[in-house]
Formats: sequence, C-alpha cells, structure tokens
Amino acid sequence: MIGVGKPKQYGNVLDKPLSRGRQEVSLSAFAFLFSELVQYNQTQVDNIAELERRLEDAGYAVGARVLELLCHRDKGNRRETRLLGILSFIHSTVWKVLFGKVADSLEKGTEHEDEYMISEKELLVNRFISVPKDMGAFNCGAFVAGIVRGVLDGAGFPAVVTAHFVPIEGQQRPRTTILIKFAEEVLRREARLG
Amino acid sequence: MTTTACFIVVSKNDIPIYEAEVGSTVRQKQEQAHQHQFILHAALDLVQDLAWTTSAMFLRSVDRFNDLTVSVYVTAGHTRLMLLHDSRNEDGIKNFFQEVHELYVKTLLNPLYLIGSRITSAHFDTRVRALARKFL
Repeated sequence: MIGVGKPKQYGNVLDKPLSRGRQEVSLSAFAFLFSELVQYNQTQVDNIAELERRLEDAGYAVGARVLELLCHRDKGNRRETRLLGILSFIHSTVWKVLFGKVADSLEKGTEHEDEYMISEKELLVNRFISVPKDMGAFNCGAFVAGIVRGVLDGAGFPAVVTAHFVPIEGQQRPRTTILIKFAEEVLRREARLG
Repeated sequence: MTTTACFIVVSKNDIPIYEAEVGSTVRQKQEQAHQHQFILHAALDLVQDLAWTTSAMFLRSVDRFNDLTVSVYVTAGHTRLMLLHDSRNEDGIKNFFQEVHELYVKTLLNPLYLIGSRITSAHFDTRVRALARKFL
C-alpha cells in the first residue's frame, strides 16, 4: 500500500535523532565537490598563501564539529586532556570516520619538542588533484590541515598545522605529511600535569 | 516543590551563548536573576582548573553559595553547561546535562551556525525548558 513504511517526518532538526554513523558518501561526489571548492576559492584570491588559508579555514569549521560529534557519539562522553591522547584520537578515530582508515603514521619531531607529524601515503583529498608547476609548493591537503587544527583548537591545544609533500624514493607520488606545531602554553600545561 | 535554577551555556571563549531561568518558581525578582548569573560567572575560574584534571564531562558540584550549588558539564569543545540550583538530585541533573548536550551537538552541526555565537533558536529554548521541567 502506498505510504506504508514511510519514514517519520520530523518538524525540526533538533527533534531528529543524531544519526548512528556509517553514512558513506560516494568518492566521486566528494572529489567533485572538493574540486569545485578549490576552483571557487581560486577565483577569489590573488596568491597561493591566501588560497591555502581559505582551504584551511574551511577545514577548521569541519574539525570543530567533528570533535564534538565524535566525542559525543563514539567516545561515550569522555574528553581528551592530554597531548598524546588527543593526537591518537585524531590519528585513529577522526581519520577512520573521515577517510575510512587510520592514518599511516604518527611521529614526534626530532628537532623540536613541540612538533608532531601525521603522514599519509596518499591523502584522499589529493588523490584526484595535480598541482601545476607554477603553483610551487601549494598543497590541497591544507584542507585536512585545517580539520586537524579545528580539532586541536576546540579541545584546547592551540597549534599551527600545515601540510607538506615529502618526496619518497622509489615512488612516483610524494607522501603527504601534516606537520603540527603546538603553542607554548600547551607544552607548559603538559609539563604541569606531569 | 519550588526550585530555583539558572542555566547558562558558556562558550570556549568565556562568552555566554545561552541563558535561561528554569526554576519552577515563576516570579523571580530581577535582582535574583542578576545574582544568579553573577555567581555562575564567578565559578568559571574553578571550572577552568577542574576541567584539565579529569577526562569526565560531568564535573559535579564545583562551587557553593549560601544554599545554592553550581554544577557544571564540560563538552569536548570546552563549552560549559552550568546550572545553579538548590536541589540535591544529582542523577536528574546529570541526565538533564546529557540531553542538553545532545541538543547542543545538533545545533552545532548546522554549517551556518558560527561556533561560539549566541543560540537564538526558539525551538532550542522550548526544548531546554521542557527538559528542565522533566529532570529538575
């Protein structure tokens, strides 16, 4: 019969239950949307730095929301108060929800105490993008760097996050590294918490 | 049983983004409402220190003023849900906070909502007051 089994219509979005997750979006739809996002921003700016900053800001908004949603839905209402805790949260939970797999590696920087790196062989957002030579070191991974910065900032760990290409011998496409440099206050607080 | 209760939501940057008097005493004098808000803001320092010592979200009672207690619930994004009340019903308060947290997450997921700005939705207001009547 017509109408039987129709899903319940909610009047307001606040009445709808939070979705359980497991929502999958087609890769081509996402790649198309992302390419349009980059192209739109390209028309609005004059230089590369500005373009990277805009992509990062777009990612920041996503990151802040992802943090709240995942802690509420997947982590049973437990916050992260330690540095290593929030880094492993990003490296596994956030990456798994956004990209379907955990990040390839999480490393601590050797030269500086406040630097950490998350590396990925092939970042999902960069998969279908080729950067022309005249754009130099531009990396669309700035969007993902923005997401990471949003998560860290929201949780109270202000940091400067950037995306870099790291060429690897024996591979055609370079590896992408997200470099996280924490602010002074984060290290001081970590030392104080022992 | 008449209860006094003042509920505010404070963002990460210490700006109140939502406030409501949710006690069942209907006629609150204006000075009392101001006093409630003052007590809650004064408790923010204590919340700040306490929030970094535990990974739980529900921090029980953090401060006292005469016979009123301040209870706080901190979300992952350091948004504080603060309640000033005179009842002793801890379980009810915890459930209230959890329900409001879910409402807050739904509000946050709106991409057009600027995080840290005031929550102006009338529907949100109605839901919070209904939850307060139910749990407090």
